[in-house]
Amino acid sequence: MIQDSSMARHMLWRLLGLIPTLLMLITVAFFLMRVAPGGPFDSEMLLPAEIEANLNAKYHLDESLLQQYFRYISQVAVLDFGPSIQYKDWTVNELIGQGMRVSLTIGLAAMVLAFVVGTLLGIIAALRQNTRADYLLMGVAMLGISIPNFVIAPILILLLAVYAGWLPAGGWDWSIASMVLPVVTLSLPVTAYIARLTRGSMIEVMHSNFIRSARAKGLPERVVIRRHALRPALLPVISFLGPATAGMISGSVIIERIFSIPGLGSYFVQGALNRDYTLVMGVVIFYGVLIILLNFLVDMVYAWFNPKVRYDETS
Amino acid sequence: MQNRSIKNGIYDSVIFLRQFVLPASLILLLGACGDDYREKLANRGSHARPVELILNEVGRPIPSILERQQELHRDNGQEPQTLDPHLAEGLPAAHILRDLFEGLTAESPDGRIVPGAAFRWNISRDGKTYTFYLRRDAYWSNGDPVTAEDFVYGLRRSADPATASKYAQVLLPIENAAEVLAGDLPPSELGVTAMDEFTLQISMRDPTPYFLALLSHSSTYPVHRASVQEHGSAFSRPGNLVSNGAYVLSEWVIRSRIELVKNKNYWDAEHVILEKVNYYPFEDQSTALKRFRAGKLHWTSEVPNNQFKWLQEHYPDELVISPWLGSYYFGFNLEREPFIENLGLRKALMLALDRDLLTEKVTQFGELPSFTLVPPGIRDYISPVPEWAEWTQAEREKEARRLYAMAGYSEENPLEFEIRYSAGEYNKKMALAAASLWKQVLGVQATLLNEESKVFLQNKQQKIVTQVFQAGWISDYADPYSFLNLFRTGHGRNDYGYSNSLYDALLDEVAAERIPSIRRRLMFETERLLLSDVPFIPLYTYVTKRMVNPRLKGWQSNVMDHHYSKHMFFLKAASDEAPATTAETRVVETEEQNSRIPGSAQEMTVPGEGDDVILAEDDAETAEAGQAQGLDLPPDEKETDVSNENMLPEAVTDDGTTPEDLLE
Amino acid sequence: MTKQADRRVIDPFEAALEVSDVRGSSPWEHAWHRLQKNRAAVYSAFIMAAMFLMVVFGPMLISWEPDFTDWDYTSTPPSIASGHWFGTDAVGRDILVRTLSGGRISLMVGLVATLVSLLIGISYGATAGYFGGVVDRIMMRIVDITYALPFMFFVILLMVVFGRHILLIFVAIGAINWLDMARIVRGQTLSLKNTEFVEAAKACGVSDWDIIRRHITPNLLGVVIVYVTLTIPQVILVESFLSFLGLGVQEPLSSWGALVSDGAQDMESAPWTLIVPSVFLTITLYCFNYIGDGLRDALDPKDHF
Repeated sequence: MIQDSSMARHMLWRLLGLIPTLLMLITVAFFLMRVAPGGPFDSEMLLPAEIEANLNAKYHLDESLLQQYFRYISQVAVLDFGPSIQYKDWTVNELIGQGMRVSLTIGLAAMVLAFVVGTLLGIIAALRQNTRADYLLMGVAMLGISIPNFVIAPILILLLAVYAGWLPAGGWDWSIASMVLPVVTLSLPVTAYIARLTRGSMIEVMHSNFIRSARAKGLPERVVIRRHALRPALLPVISFLGPATAGMISGSVIIERIFSIPGLGSYFVQGALNRDYTLVMGVVIFYGVLIILLNFLVDMVYAWFNPKVRYDETS
Repeated sequence: MQNRSIKNGIYDSVIFLRQFVLPASLILLLGACGDDYREKLANRGSHARPVELILNEVGRPIPSILERQQELHRDNGQEPQTLDPHLAEGLPAAHILRDLFEGLTAESPDGRIVPGAAFRWNISRDGKTYTFYLRRDAYWSNGDPVTAEDFVYGLRRSADPATASKYAQVLLPIENAAEVLAGDLPPSELGVTAMDEFTLQISMRDPTPYFLALLSHSSTYPVHRASVQEHGSAFSRPGNLVSNGAYVLSEWVIRSRIELVKNKNYWDAEHVILEKVNYYPFEDQSTALKRFRAGKLHWTSEVPNNQFKWLQEHYPDELVISPWLGSYYFGFNLEREPFIENLGLRKALMLALDRDLLTEKVTQFGELPSFTLVPPGIRDYISPVPEWAEWTQAEREKEARRLYAMAGYSEENPLEFEIRYSAGEYNKKMALAAASLWKQVLGVQATLLNEESKVFLQNKQQKIVTQVFQAGWISDYADPYSFLNLFRTGHGRNDYGYSNSLYDALLDEVAAERIPSIRRRLMFETERLLLSDVPFIPLYTYVTKRMVNPRLKGWQSNVMDHHYSKHMFFLKAASDEAPATTAETRVVETEEQNSRIPGSAQEMTVPGEGDDVILAEDDAETAEAGQAQGLDLPPDEKETDVSNENMLPEAVTDDGTTPEDLLE
Repeated sequence: MTKQADRRVIDPFEAALEVSDVRGSSPWEHAWHRLQKNRAAVYSAFIMAAMFLMVVFGPMLISWEPDFTDWDYTSTPPSIASGHWFGTDAVGRDILVRTLSGGRISLMVGLVATLVSLLIGISYGATAGYFGGVVDRIMMRIVDITYALPFMFFVILLMVVFGRHILLIFVAIGAINWLDMARIVRGQTLSLKNTEFVEAAKACGVSDWDIIRRHITPNLLGVVIVYVTLTIPQVILVESFLSFLGLGVQEPLSSWGALVSDGAQDMESAPWTLIVPSVFLTITLYCFNYIGDGLRDALDPKDHF
């Protein structure tokens, strides 16, 4: 009872703490974007002064930076991210809505794949430590971390889409076939990392005292593994999930470009290059909120997994 | 313990076997699909060949040779930023808008100006008043008739500073356009009037010979007033967009796909064969190529630039290269050291580059070396070729070294400057190659700066840090003036700081001149003056290069690279026994189609200024100028003159007659 | 006074003690021994040493310069005849010399960026962990905030804002990576803080800064070394991603990432432009990871039984 209420209070405190975090994030991103040289309306075409003035007025770019900032904050508070400067027919809300569905689908699928396959491979390798299987698995895992995904992706496209014709070569139409390659390629480095992490952590746990006592008690190995070793072994993996997602989001920028996927990552890069302030801010905020929430979630799960942490936090 | 050893044993064997699972399954898979796979590998380079093309009496293909499913998948490069024709910029939007809307004029597949929404027009003697007679059977996609009011509304909206259209300067030749754009006059004062429901009159500030060519630009398209007023900025979305062209916007998934379906209310709908057109954005051109090879894409916007030889070898029938009305060059910043007031040095740098080597080894796709500003391909206009263009490269280099030394530079004291460029297909390679060549020939130390595009544009415009920079220009309309105007003093894209009052004066004369032959001579002199001042280094002229599925017909390579989906169609695939690429099929098409030989400079039939301008006191000239373009002259000329401009190449029809008048 | 008889017994022992030179061994020496037994790590170390020598001295020994465009041999496959043993790229530059000089940049980015993140991370994390309480909370909150932005976005923004100078790449990457370091160091410091020797130091009146400097930091070294060795490959990969997006090192400098991403475009028509730099890149990353693993196994006290 006591620990529950303190956990609840802790959760509340953490949730409230999200707000200043978010605010800082928005501020930093906002001013950083504005500091960048060049504006959204620079183009090869010459722009009559009147037109440029009109454009600036339309997007409130003629106001002082501080004014623009407060205007933006007040808009964001009601979840209005404004019109996109480069995609003139759409608002940022609509764009993020469309891109979000795609990115979240790929991200979630890749995360699940990475977790399942990674932990499985890691556990197997750990149980077969220093055997041929271990070296093979870890060698392959290392490959997944060492070869950049912009090399693996085109190779896979060539093999599976062009030569064999089994899968589409890029593009996204919500069919399973079009999801396979992007999800797999996106998850590869994370899978590899999770595999190595799980292996290391599993080995450590298997050699610890309480496992020894469990075995000494005469419990069968499978039970030892499943009920005693697995949970603590997966702790580092769980706490890695937060940064893993962030890493995956970063990786999605490349994947989306190569496979021509209408996700948020590509919005960001194009937006930054074209100085589409509103779109870039919208994507930054979206991902910021996502990651903050995710980290929060991961911390909660971690605390649930590991009772020791709960008490430490109150200090 | 015994339990453990049995379990261990099982684990061990599983692990042992598991090692072989992956390779074994791969081998099995390959074996099973092996034949298929090997065949596919062997046939990597081929798409199905089309059957023979046979046209009927109006120049359209006969139904029996047509593929059943007429759906086109096109790679469109970047995602268009908007489908509002008055706000659109860039080629991706232009391609789609060309299918959705129809301006007063249109273009035939080979690039000639043909009637669009207006079936004939009349140009006054002084060249300043255009009267357009609109078709009475043209309708918007929602059934409303297309009237002159729609065009008035569209042009006014385009010129309205509140619309903030970046391309509205296309309208500058129109009377009062400059004042409207500047906000000094309201849009209602723009020189466009609806004389009656189907007659439109446009008054020009000066006789503008190329005005008809401008009318196929999206800034001049009409828009459906009621939709715009109802939906505001969302009128260009699927479901809201009402269009008067051959297609209607049915779906738009941002960064994924834009789908157009045939517009049933289009006046020429019966001759439009493609039912659906899909445009896909691709940021990575090598993925687009892969998709093409997998058969899912029929038309790419470009090809990855290092693969010319490979593509020629494996996909000779799909690779299409043709001249494009654009020039690529390096610009000098004339307001800064070391190029300010240093004609000799600039000339030295210009001479030292081996353009044959650059086009052969760097660009590789058949770009033509260029020594002038205006690229070839504009009818009746030939640029003044400078004397040094005739020399051998060795002679040029010798002269270059001489000038370099005269300017005070040597091996101990080499010239140093920065070459700026932004991301782009060739930009990096060209900059590298140029720097390397300059080093080899003269000993110049050039630093390369790859800048992000916005920064690059800003730097060029400000002229504070630039010295040598990559530049180029692809024309919006086929007239030398569009190139020459870039060097006018104070022009927004005069990044060179070039200012020559004689040049400006000549340009003004060109703008005001009505007589085509005189105008040509003036432009020739203007360009010659410009070239002698060496504000830039001409390098090469552009070509378009793309992959096209061989069964897609109806289009032609033209120098403006404007392709309408409404002309295109898919032929059936030839059966396997018949050897596909027969000579007969080739004969049926004109030489202009799919020019595969890079560099064979063909006289592209492009509307030159000589055709559009009307008139002088000289009737003979009038007649000569009038016939090719089908301009309507004094009322007793046949209306059918105009309509002789068919959409299709001369082709053999099954009864041997030539195509006739399509209209009415 | 020692008796004569006792003396006779003791003396040989005394002599033996002096000869046998028994010394205690420190945990570092234990670690070193364990490291040496890890074959993968040892081989990797040798390979890395060879790699360093190659990238530093290789370009000096090869007759081609990295920016020399050999117009007669553009896009040629590896051949002895052309003098380009590993082939040329599309403008005729020798692949081998470009790969080696690109290696200089990649390794430099890896080392320097990691160093930057190291310095920031250690000082930040140790301070936060040691002082604890409100200071710790605030500092970690700042880390959380910065963590919330996917680092690739942040680096892209920085590159867009400040241009593509190579120094900036160091700073940008380093400025992102210090977060992990700070967290780890803070965790370690928290646990070290409550050990007896720190208590003793405090009891003796040693100042806080000195404690951080002299007691906490050396104990962190193990963790830090492992982390550094594992961060370097990450950093090299990040730089390669930036190059792919067009935001990496400027021409004519090149890096493995830039070479690999260029090569990936032409993988069918000119596969050697992809394979050569990829092999170098992969080997380097492999080696760093194995060394890092080896170090972690060697230094980690929990591995002792």
